[in-house]
Amino acid sequence: MQLSCPAPILQHETVQMAHGAGGRLSQELTARIFMPHLQNAFLDQLDDQARFDAEPGQIAFSTDTYVVSPIFFPGGNIGELAINGTVNDLAVGGAVPRYLSAGFVLEEGLPLAELETIVRSMAESARKAGVMIVCGDTKVVQKGQCDKIFINTSGVGFIPDGINVSCRNLKPGDAVILSGTIGDHGMAVMTTREGLSFQSRIKSDTAALNGMIRDVLDVVPGVHAMRDPTRGGVAATLNELASSSSVGIELEESAIPVREEVRGAAELLGIDPLTVANEGKMLLIVPEADAEAVLAVMRANEHGREAVRIGKVVEEHPGMVVMRTPFGSRRIVEMPLGEQLPRIC
Amino acid sequence: MKFIDEYRDPERARALLDRIRRKAVHEWTIMEICGGQTHSIIRNGIDQLLPPTVRLVHGPGCPVCVTPLETIERALAIASKPGVILASFGDMLRVPGSSKDLFMARSEGADVRIVFSPLEALQIARDNPQKEVVFLAVGFETTAPANAMAVWQAAREGIGNFSELVSQVMVPPAMSAILSSPGNQVQGFLAAGHVCAIMGWEEYEPVAERFHVPIVPAGFEPVDLLAGILQVVEMLEEGRTGVVNAYGRVVSREGNPQARKIMNEVYEVADRPWRGIGVIPASGLVLCEAYARFDAEKRFDVGHIAPQESPLCRSGEVLQGHLKPSDCEAFGRECTPLTPLGATMVSSEGACAAYYKYHRNTTF
Repeated sequence: MQLSCPAPILQHETVQMAHGAGGRLSQELTARIFMPHLQNAFLDQLDDQARFDAEPGQIAFSTDTYVVSPIFFPGGNIGELAINGTVNDLAVGGAVPRYLSAGFVLEEGLPLAELETIVRSMAESARKAGVMIVCGDTKVVQKGQCDKIFINTSGVGFIPDGINVSCRNLKPGDAVILSGTIGDHGMAVMTTREGLSFQSRIKSDTAALNGMIRDVLDVVPGVHAMRDPTRGGVAATLNELASSSSVGIELEESAIPVREEVRGAAELLGIDPLTVANEGKMLLIVPEADAEAVLAVMRANEHGREAVRIGKVVEEHPGMVVMRTPFGSRRIVEMPLGEQLPRIC
Repeated sequence: MKFIDEYRDPERARALLDRIRRKAVHEWTIMEICGGQTHSIIRNGIDQLLPPTVRLVHGPGCPVCVTPLETIERALAIASKPGVILASFGDMLRVPGSSKDLFMARSEGADVRIVFSPLEALQIARDNPQKEVVFLAVGFETTAPANAMAVWQAAREGIGNFSELVSQVMVPPAMSAILSSPGNQVQGFLAAGHVCAIMGWEEYEPVAERFHVPIVPAGFEPVDLLAGILQVVEMLEEGRTGVVNAYGRVVSREGNPQARKIMNEVYEVADRPWRGIGVIPASGLVLCEAYARFDAEKRFDVGHIAPQESPLCRSGEVLQGHLKPSDCEAFGRECTPLTPLGATMVSSEGACAAYYKYHRNTTF
């Protein structure tokens, strides 16, 4: 492979403070770990900024920082999460994601082999999602000052004319659609964490959803709102949507798909899957007349096979999400309070 | 999911509700003792489905809620000492002391850790021999055997840097206190299934006899709860008292003798203050003489503690079934899960928290 940086390869096994100091070791890190995987026409310039042409329509811009612990979990790692998360944040706004930045904070002593695995995953995820990592930065902090690796990704995408997807667009009568089972990512991370000494087969659902979203918007450009229910889960996302649009949302408890293993783990930990993070799921609010068409497109995609309608938007109880139980009673679905368990995204 | 789905079956629930509706001719007030039952009742909206003749009031069976403020203050003081690791179940961390909670103590530098079992706390002690590890041992008879086991194991292995701050309470004395309190409205009880799994139900027979009430050990799923309610209603309508078990798949008359053995080995019965209620005679457990060296209260001198309860909080009345959470003036105003005035608004098993979470001020 042609390396664009001619620095001598110093063989360190772990991240050193000097890897972030801008000298020869920084070059080594770039040459040995980052460039072989992330190489593209923009990065090869090694300039302080990436330059690209704007596309017609609006520009969408998003950022997110990933601090998940543990950094490797069943179904993925922090690198995949960092790419898919920002891709999804752009895509749920109706944008076609294009260019990403990647900022790394590395803890002194992190094995370089682990860093390389993470970077390789980022490259693969970017390729799958059809985006390019066009600029980046690395800092190293002393042991104990961060937890192995933190990654920030920011992304730019372009929203084609005629698309207007917003959390303020919900209308009474709209259908609430969920792309698949909930709680997989959060439970995969929680059950792997130190101290929880039981094993499960739960895998994170981390995935880039921009392809499926593109397909949906091609068929139904009038989708009212889309969100990926990450931190705080479906409960937090729907509460935000209800309050942004000053409408109520009514859910059908029996319609919400939860994997058997996730339900079991949630029961054991006393956690409501509705409040658990997802990293490869989306919620769509669409006019009732378009609901079946949207479901058909989603079910044809690998990330939406289990897409279902879980409820509807109502005029009553604005700002509030209400669940109808299988017993015929109702309860409020609260905005989750906050995290007692460790960081999951 | 096996052992869960069949007890959440809407058809079975509807059939039980029909039988309760037909049977409940007179008006009855039934208390579910356990906070876990309260949570399930409110979450599943069982209170909305019962006929108006059956009124449920919520009992004091939330260990976090009844742990005295003094114990919280003591935990905060111990956690703030250098070289101490305080281990606790997660729910205790958000319970406000007079000026802060354990989360805030942690942000100020205290080493406070969430554990899922007391044996995990013991492991922390093994791994950190240079530190003092204190486990905040709260709970009813359900947690007592495992909490006792941690101390017993520490004694056996000679782990000197482990201790417990004990606030263990027991159900039958609380039932008697509620039934003897002036203005009591409770006519029958759902006993806490998990407590009875340990203790059996024999010890409830004298309570049922003395106060002429039906007591029915019940589970936590909707079908379990409805079966328990139906049993209590039948006994009330037929003028029967005594103990009838409605949780046969978990509870037996003699309970779990091994668990009780370890409890009795390590703890002994003592008078105990209950937050919001006051001292109930012979209602708590403390470390007995042979294990007193594991008592964190004795090991750490934290000086005089004089906690101040919020004058607005009426959790004592809530815990005794005298007041519905949503009828408290502070509910949802000064007192919310983010700004709790009392522990009943903090714990996932607290009645105020369950009302806020699932009902708030809405009537369905």
